[in-house]
Amino acid sequence: MKDIAIVAFTQSRHSAEENGLSETEMLLPLITGVKEQVGVSRFDFTCSGSNDYLLGAPFSFVSALDAVGAWPPISESHVEMDGAWALYEAWVKMQYADIETALVYGFGKPSQGSLREILARGYDPYYLAPLGIDAVSMAALQARAYLARSGAKEGDLTAIAARSRAAGRDNPFALSLDDPAADAPYDVAPLRVHDVAPEADGAAVVVLATGDKVAEISARTGLTPAWIRGIDHRADPHSPGVRDLSVSPSARLAGQKAGAAGVEVAELHVQYSHEELILREALDLGDDVVVNPSGGPLAANPMMAAGLIRIGEAAARIHRGENRRTLGHATSGPCLQQNLVAVLEA
Amino acid sequence: MPTNHALEFPGGYTRSVGPVIGRFLSELRDGKLVGVRAESGRVVFPPLEYDPANGHSVTDEFVEVGPGGVVESFAWVAEPLASHPLDRPFAWALIRPDGADTAILHALDVGELARGAEAPKRLRIGMRVRPDFLPATERIGDIADIRAFRPDVTMITAPSRLEYDIKPGRALDRFLEGVSEGRILGHRCPVCAKVIVPMKGLCPKDGVPTTEEVEVSHTGTVTTFAVNNLPDPRAPEVPFVSAYVLLDGSDIAMVALVSGIPADQVRMGMRVRAVWKPREEWGRTITNIRWFEPIDEPDVPFESIAEYM
Ligand SMILES: [Zn+2]
Repeated sequence: MKDIAIVAFTQSRHSAEENGLSETEMLLPLITGVKEQVGVSRFDFTCSGSNDYLLGAPFSFVSALDAVGAWPPISESHVEMDGAWALYEAWVKMQYADIETALVYGFGKPSQGSLREILARGYDPYYLAPLGIDAVSMAALQARAYLARSGAKEGDLTAIAARSRAAGRDNPFALSLDDPAADAPYDVAPLRVHDVAPEADGAAVVVLATGDKVAEISARTGLTPAWIRGIDHRADPHSPGVRDLSVSPSARLAGQKAGAAGVEVAELHVQYSHEELILREALDLGDDVVVNPSGGPLAANPMMAAGLIRIGEAAARIHRGENRRTLGHATSGPCLQQNLVAVLEA
Repeated sequence: MPTNHALEFPGGYTRSVGPVIGRFLSELRDGKLVGVRAESGRVVFPPLEYDPANGHSVTDEFVEVGPGGVVESFAWVAEPLASHPLDRPFAWALIRPDGADTAILHALDVGELARGAEAPKRLRIGMRVRPDFLPATERIGDIADIRAFRPDVTMITAPSRLEYDIKPGRALDRFLEGVSEGRILGHRCPVCAKVIVPMKGLCPKDGVPTTEEVEVSHTGTVTTFAVNNLPDPRAPEVPFVSAYVLLDGSDIAMVALVSGIPADQVRMGMRVRAVWKPREEWGRTITNIRWFEPIDEPDVPFESIAEYM
């Protein structure tokens, strides 16, 4: 295995409202900035994560490539998923190909459409999609199953939302959200409005490096490289009715394979409060592990970037020398169906 | 400036369903639920081409399940979206039909409720439900051939009305005659001298006939009372108070409504007066007295009403 490090991470100031920028315009300053920061203008490999349905245009990621500068031709790929999976693809590519640098990014603008309906396009077309079920309803089914099995109360969910929102107010990239109201209404019970991650437009960029490039770039940025010590992703069956929704076997397995034990901080892709409790259990994170000091998606959920941001935030803590061993997690699909875990070390 | 942009494939996508899902949808059109047996013996419902537990192909054996089943988890939608199958509050539920080892996700209709309503208490994990199919001629072999699931019948409401012609008896008849004239009458016992209102023609303490008529006062004292939170046709609103009122000059307390005072301020020993309905509404009935209301007199000490509790 090749040692590969995250050497740079940047993200947009996420917005809950349409801010008039196209996706390409949203990406351009980030990519330009990160090129300047690492002193590399041509990367050996570029990989992005996004979702065409967010814009309603096929191959919409192609126009976003304009922000990278793709001439002369570059080696490039795309995943129709969160940018975290683009990072995984880049990591795999670096393992077997003779390349030393990779640019990874994820982006999305849910403000232009109905996210609940858009996400439903990903559901099985025979049994689920025709029902018109939406993502929040799916999550609420899982929340109920978890509360029933664990004995946790709705107040435990509110506490997670409150902690995440408070942390988000200290994060210049997240939204500034009030503490959950005591009489907050349900979205889909048992999830109250603050238990559902607020949709946001946003993007994130990560630079991977290996070999001599790591020291070269780190010397320029002054940041400690965040070495990827383990990375793994797993999937549970798609149908919510064939699995026990109160647990996440795929997150457990991905965590074990990536070596999640002993991390100091975990950035979890928690889009609904109860998911933090299921993930803490699946990843075996003790009370001493700090979860989502950035506020996590409950403080800003830029679609298709939020998972990559978790890995980026986990890396940034090592870059700044704040931690030695951190974990970044990303999820995709209904009810935590797919989970990716990356373990990073100074 | 935003531009409206619609993404639509006219007519929708055409999909082959294959032999497994196709069998399920065909049986569904006939009003039946079938699962498919996996190598392990598990019945996967709704059927998949592979066993989600191990990825092995399923067998060719289709098994009829349900139609009754049990709710394994649910989510309450108080404000349905346009895309949802019902336009009134409903639950999404994972439902495992009898004989199946996995669950189907579907809508669960628990009845007519106003938008925004909370989930009814009877909706819970473990609740028994069954499918509500569209009429046979409207079913097309689609998951929505089940309009929604509905709770099993666990209760019925039985009719409860019977009519009687009641004879009040001579004593009560005489009492009602008094009430129809705006008077409250009782009998004095020849043995213990206590005044019994309404009279029964006997003294329940001494077991002797009573005939001496006494008219008693329209004022009295609350000896004890109860706060009622279930609506009653006689009471203006809940909570209301029903009380034992010991009319001045009588020795048996009468059950009556108390009004004109917040329920939490009614007390033992409180002085009250009968409030009569307008004279034109009177009949031969005790309801000529609408209720009792407080009067501006000091409360009666407990000792003087203790024996009338
Ligand atoms: Zn007597």
